[in-house]
Amino acid sequence: MITDSLHVANDSLQVTAGKSTDTSWIMHHILDAKELDFSPFGVIHLPEINLFGIDISITKHVVFMWVALIILVVALRIAAKSYKNSRVPKGVANFMEVLILYVRDEIARPTIGKGYERFMPYLLTVFFFILACNFLGLVPYGSTATSNISVTATLAILSFFAIQIGGVMKNGFFGYFKGLIPHGIPVWLLPIMAVVEFLGLFTKPFALAIRLFANMTAGHIVILALLGLIFILNTYVVVPVSIAFALFIYLLEILVALIQAYIFTMLSSLFIGMAVHQEH
Amino acid sequence: MDIAYLAAGFSAALTVIGGAFGIGKIASAAMEASGRQPEAAGDIRTSMIIAAALIEGISLFSLVICILLALK
Repeated sequence: MITDSLHVANDSLQVTAGKSTDTSWIMHHILDAKELDFSPFGVIHLPEINLFGIDISITKHVVFMWVALIILVVALRIAAKSYKNSRVPKGVANFMEVLILYVRDEIARPTIGKGYERFMPYLLTVFFFILACNFLGLVPYGSTATSNISVTATLAILSFFAIQIGGVMKNGFFGYFKGLIPHGIPVWLLPIMAVVEFLGLFTKPFALAIRLFANMTAGHIVILALLGLIFILNTYVVVPVSIAFALFIYLLEILVALIQAYIFTMLSSLFIGMAVHQEH
Repeated sequence: MDIAYLAAGFSAALTVIGGAFGIGKIASAAMEASGRQPEAAGDIRTSMIIAAALIEGISLFSLVICILLALK
């Protein structure tokens, strides 16, 4: 829905194009596209696949998700294989071990407590995948797969399943829903609390999706708008100022990429912990 | 005369005020607590970042609505 309205806006902006305030190129860099645009070197057109009327063609974000996949698989396999020779990690394995131990000791163990090992694979996957996608959007000619609401919604749905399955497996189907409502509340509050807690099951992953999507998209829009000031104002004077600001925002984007991966993993693990150990 | 653009700009400004106010309060409390007990600075910093990201998440909800309004 959001990308539909963005496409409509793109079309309406094309109509008013031709003036120096044409900002359709911002949307062109943010939105998904069915071609890889390496201008001025060339454009690679990606295949269009239509299966039973559903459009599952390969787009730019899909290609960059595959690139993130390849990078992660290669790096993590090298890291895992190096453990065969010695228990002391070197090189890539050392770097991966820092991140993995961070996820285990600072994110999973304090929030989930006992039984955190069952959720470690999912949390590690989510953390490394979001980190790789966010960083790939910062290199030249790269595009952020997580700035697509479909990708973040899928990650949030996976977290939703992890939370519910974890809670139901630990507490039983009815025990889980009974345990949603906290103890020791007055009886007249029960219907309101039941509705609020049940809706809360859905709003929390929704917030996860929107937070990641909006953070990634907003950062890129700010950078592109700052650099576009040069073309809108059409002077040379604004070039050093604009590039300095854009550089500062770029460094902030690197920090935001790290923080958003950490926050998504931390909140997923927090919700899993709340679902598994409902007495807290 | 399109009210949608005015509404988008106005609400974006209000959102930023709310978010900056909230994050400022969190940061000031974190600074004060770190000053009182420097050994706990690592834990305080982690909690501060989590709280700041949650507040920023809320302000980004409103930003998404502003973008939808401005592109109507």
